[in-house]
Amino acid sequence: MTTDIQPTAPIAEEEWRGVAAEDLDELTVAIGLKLQARSRRLLGSLLRPHRRAVALSLLLVLGENAAGLLGPVLIAAALDSGVPDAVHGRPGVLIACVAGYLTCGVSTAVLRFGFLRLSGRIGQDIMLDLRRRIFGHAQVLSLSFHESYTSGKIVSRLTSDLDSIDALLDEGLDGLLSAGFTVVGVGIMMIWLDWPLGLLVMVGFVPLVWVTRWFYKSSQDAYRGTRGAIAKIIVHFVETMNGMRAVQAFRREPRNEQIMDGLNGSFQEANRVALSVVARFTSSVRLVGNVSLALVLGIGAVRVADGGLQIGVLAAFTLYLRRFYDPLDDLAMFANAYTAASAALEKISGVLEETPGVPDPVDPVPLAHPRGEIRFADVEFRYSPDTPVVLPGLDLRIPGGQTVALVGPTGAGKSTVAKLVARFYDPSAGAVELDGVDVRRVTDLELRQAVAMVTQENFLFSGSVADNIALGRPGASRSEIEAAATAVGADTFINALPEGYDTDVRKRGGRLSAGQRQLVAFARALLADPAVLVLDEATSSLDVPTERAVQEALETVLTDRTALIIAHRLSTVLIADRVLVIDDGRVVEDGSPEELVAGEGRFADLHQAWLESLA
Amino acid sequence: MTDDVPIPNHTTTLRVLFRLAPYVRPVRWQLLCSMSATLLAMACGLVIPLVTQRILDGPVATHNLRALPLLIGIVLALGIVEALSFFVRRKLVARPTTQIEARMRADLYRHLQRLPISFHDQWQSGQLLSRAVSDLSTLRRFLAFAVIFLVVNTLTLIIGMVVLFLLAPLLGLITLCASLPLIAVSTLFESRYKVVSRLAQDQEGDLATTVEESALGIRVLKAFGRGPELLRKFTVQAVELRGTQLRKIHILAFLWAVIIGLPEIGIGCQLLVGALGIAHGTVSVGTLVAAVTVATYLRWPTDSIGWLLAETNQAASACERYWEVRDSLVTITDPEHPRPLPADGTGHLRLEGVRFRYPGAADDVLRGIDLDVRPGETVALVGATGSGKTTLTSLVARLADVSGGRITVDGVDVRDLTLADLRTAVATAFEEPVLFSASVRENVALGAPDATEADVRSALRVAKADDFVEALPWGLATRIGEQGLSLSGGQRQRLALARAVVGRPAVLVLDDPLSALDVHTEAEVERALRTVLHGVTALVVAHRPSTVQLADRVALLVDGRITATGTHHDLLADNPEYRHLLSTLDDRLPSEELA
Repeated sequence: MTTDIQPTAPIAEEEWRGVAAEDLDELTVAIGLKLQARSRRLLGSLLRPHRRAVALSLLLVLGENAAGLLGPVLIAAALDSGVPDAVHGRPGVLIACVAGYLTCGVSTAVLRFGFLRLSGRIGQDIMLDLRRRIFGHAQVLSLSFHESYTSGKIVSRLTSDLDSIDALLDEGLDGLLSAGFTVVGVGIMMIWLDWPLGLLVMVGFVPLVWVTRWFYKSSQDAYRGTRGAIAKIIVHFVETMNGMRAVQAFRREPRNEQIMDGLNGSFQEANRVALSVVARFTSSVRLVGNVSLALVLGIGAVRVADGGLQIGVLAAFTLYLRRFYDPLDDLAMFANAYTAASAALEKISGVLEETPGVPDPVDPVPLAHPRGEIRFADVEFRYSPDTPVVLPGLDLRIPGGQTVALVGPTGAGKSTVAKLVARFYDPSAGAVELDGVDVRRVTDLELRQAVAMVTQENFLFSGSVADNIALGRPGASRSEIEAAATAVGADTFINALPEGYDTDVRKRGGRLSAGQRQLVAFARALLADPAVLVLDEATSSLDVPTERAVQEALETVLTDRTALIIAHRLSTVLIADRVLVIDDGRVVEDGSPEELVAGEGRFADLHQAWLESLA
Repeated sequence: MTDDVPIPNHTTTLRVLFRLAPYVRPVRWQLLCSMSATLLAMACGLVIPLVTQRILDGPVATHNLRALPLLIGIVLALGIVEALSFFVRRKLVARPTTQIEARMRADLYRHLQRLPISFHDQWQSGQLLSRAVSDLSTLRRFLAFAVIFLVVNTLTLIIGMVVLFLLAPLLGLITLCASLPLIAVSTLFESRYKVVSRLAQDQEGDLATTVEESALGIRVLKAFGRGPELLRKFTVQAVELRGTQLRKIHILAFLWAVIIGLPEIGIGCQLLVGALGIAHGTVSVGTLVAAVTVATYLRWPTDSIGWLLAETNQAASACERYWEVRDSLVTITDPEHPRPLPADGTGHLRLEGVRFRYPGAADDVLRGIDLDVRPGETVALVGATGSGKTTLTSLVARLADVSGGRITVDGVDVRDLTLADLRTAVATAFEEPVLFSASVRENVALGAPDATEADVRSALRVAKADDFVEALPWGLATRIGEQGLSLSGGQRQRLALARAVVGRPAVLVLDDPLSALDVHTEAEVERALRTVLHGVTALVVAHRPSTVQLADRVALLVDGRITATGTHHDLLADNPEYRHLLSTLDDRLPSEELA
């Protein structure tokens, strides 16, 4: 089928993966306790609205187990008093016992049905609540949070972590409750029926507790092992598939297979370890159970023969013993579900505890008709208290309607200025004002109507082209949407799509090219009809003719708006009324393009270099 | 992830599962042993109640304890054997099944790496991932549990019934009457459950898409303040999912009620009939206890059959999905009689009448390209978006094969070379730099695993990446990519360039790798490349005048044909189409300042 490559010994992982700063692996005890307390608080707040339902469901499962436990006692009674009475022509007790047994059986079934439905509903309500909380909170949190937390982490909080909690609610809790009630209930019943035999069974508990503790710890380790191993396989697999062009072009296949063989091997080993942990546990439990049974039968038989024990009681004991040990097998499932869910809850509670970096104002100042005048009043900015200052104190006034281009080397702080205007961040000192109002005192809703931003990342949501443009102003009519698209020159390609404006853009806009996505993003911003338009490298993914078309459109679009343009290409910069050259967070040159080109500053140099590249 | 696969019927289920045979055959003895151990455990479990009956009816009832030690010894022995068999079963099943999973995954991965790019363009990596991970683990569970228990439970059920009928025919009949509807009901509900569960999975998928969009599109959502609206959409989807989950729970709860209720009723009836039998002297106490114990013992084998059949169907779907990929043809392969590249080759790249059509498309993207890139020459490829530039670059290294015409390197058709030879001679860098979660060294030496430290460092120097790599916390050993340190676009692109030059290829194909770089870095990389390109044949896709500066000659691609070739200056002067593509707003420059 394919060329056979002999897999050599798997490569030691760190050799190829390199070194990465992993998250803190070993938590101190104090931090661990704090995390647990945080998870508990979250759990409490999730359960509180369901207090009564939870109590009722506990009652149901208690009832179910009690009804189940009565069965063998009734069998014992039937054998010990029902049968002798029936032999003497008094079938009353026997019938009562059988009727009781049937009632117990049916009640167990009905109570279980009720419990599963009720606990299922509580579980799903909690899931819904938690989903909404995380999702809503993530939307409120500031961009700086998202930038450091990364999208992948948020997605796994809302998917795989919630799945672990769902799995615990679904199977784990039910199993644990039933196992707990059964073990306690059966224990009590056995001691009540016959305390010496009951105590004998309890002695079997000593090794069992020991085995269970061993199992709990080892199964957690084994579980972590398999999770970690499969996660590495997934990462390697996805990277290979997404980078297939590079893989094939650079003949990476044999090396990749070598790596995959190594990862596969460790997953196989992790699974083997996990399975053998379970094998040891279940067989030990079974062994203890069977030895207890033999002992109970032996001692019980002798005592029945002596007349010290009734035969029905012995029969009940043998039936109880089976029930006693069966649920312990479920503990295997519970232990893993619990570990996964508590880790998930810890991470989720961490996200929910984050406070929004750019909170909505308590007493907002209304912005009735924004003119788009921007003022930076001695603005200082740093991303976090322990990172260097990006803007050391910017003073700047941009009159309404002016088009300003920001020029400067990478890392000079151009994007930061843009993001402060759009209030993706708040300054660490000073204030950014829009029409004389501190943007921190404007509601999010009003600010978003006044300021729109287009960046190089032109994300499209699933839905039609029209839906994606309408994101700029929900409720816009089709003709307004089309007008916005026409204004930026996007109508040509949209009309060429199979269903025009109604064409599905597919996942993340996969149907459109990067340039086309960018045009949609432009149309979206234009539809929002903002007083201030911020363009951060917005034209860099366009080819030259499209960029030219966009620039021509911009000149009409920008006439009555304030615009902040950041671009590497000087052709874009030249349409501005005013150019600010920024370096190290300071404005080093300020003037019209003509003035600066005529001067001898950096902009003149850049312009000269650019002209040479065109020649 | 949740693409629809029709639920196979029984004959196809078996046929599909039979394709596992080549993987199962090497480990069949271990699996059979594991199955035997399971059967042994089941048999012990069934025999213990019978011995219990002997104890109750014999030594206990007759007050004659002579036979007791032997019987107790038997119970003890059976108990120990049962526990041991439990252990042996799991121990034995672990290695072969995980081995099958690993082999199947390795084979799938190997196959995927050889499937052409056209295959990968059609398949989302998520769909492939679900085959490599969740489908294979479904198959592992199927082989480790479902297959074994399907056989063992059926046998247990039959043996158990026989035992019951031998003990007391009437008591056996009661259990049989309770069991048959139980099997029917549980099978029916399993299939219903599966349908709802599928729906829940799809809804979870939709919800996950919304979540992903909310995270990836956070800047857009923030910029337009659309978070609250997305939250509303999310809530509607989440409420829908909750409804489906509740339906699922309802079915499950009902199934449980039946699974618990029916056998209890059966046992109740056994109790009544048995107790009356004891009263009339036709049944012994031991027999009744044994019958009840056996009936209890048969609960799991009975109610599991529906679940096991559902698992089997699921495994068949997983198997089908797996083979769907494995059956895709590897269309780009080594030739039967490969030719070597001439030893004195200089890297002469020729395209002769090259045509290309995407599979299933109506028209050719490339309609007869003739291009001669002479040894050591750099040719820039310029064209409007969608003119086929990127397609053309993928043909040289055979990431796709031409539909007509031919491409030669030093006079040898690329299809006559082994893929390894071809891709060693031709290095490609893409518009989107791809970095893997590995060390910088590994990422750069991707195509040349034998590259020395010095080779890697010199390639980094050429791509002007040595400075920032030096500044990384662990230098060349720093892990980058998704799972490591994140780099800026320019840094990523420079590493991708270093990767392209590290193997000193004869032909370099670059798909505008400079477009994401800022002016300064771009100029730096260009300067470096100019020295590298000296003596190397190169085809460079270019969007910007600055990139075109790298080339000795420019070829203009229009509608799948090359309409003009010449120097940048000549074309700019003579070709209006070229001018339209590459000249920016120079016409509106204040002309007096040009002096």
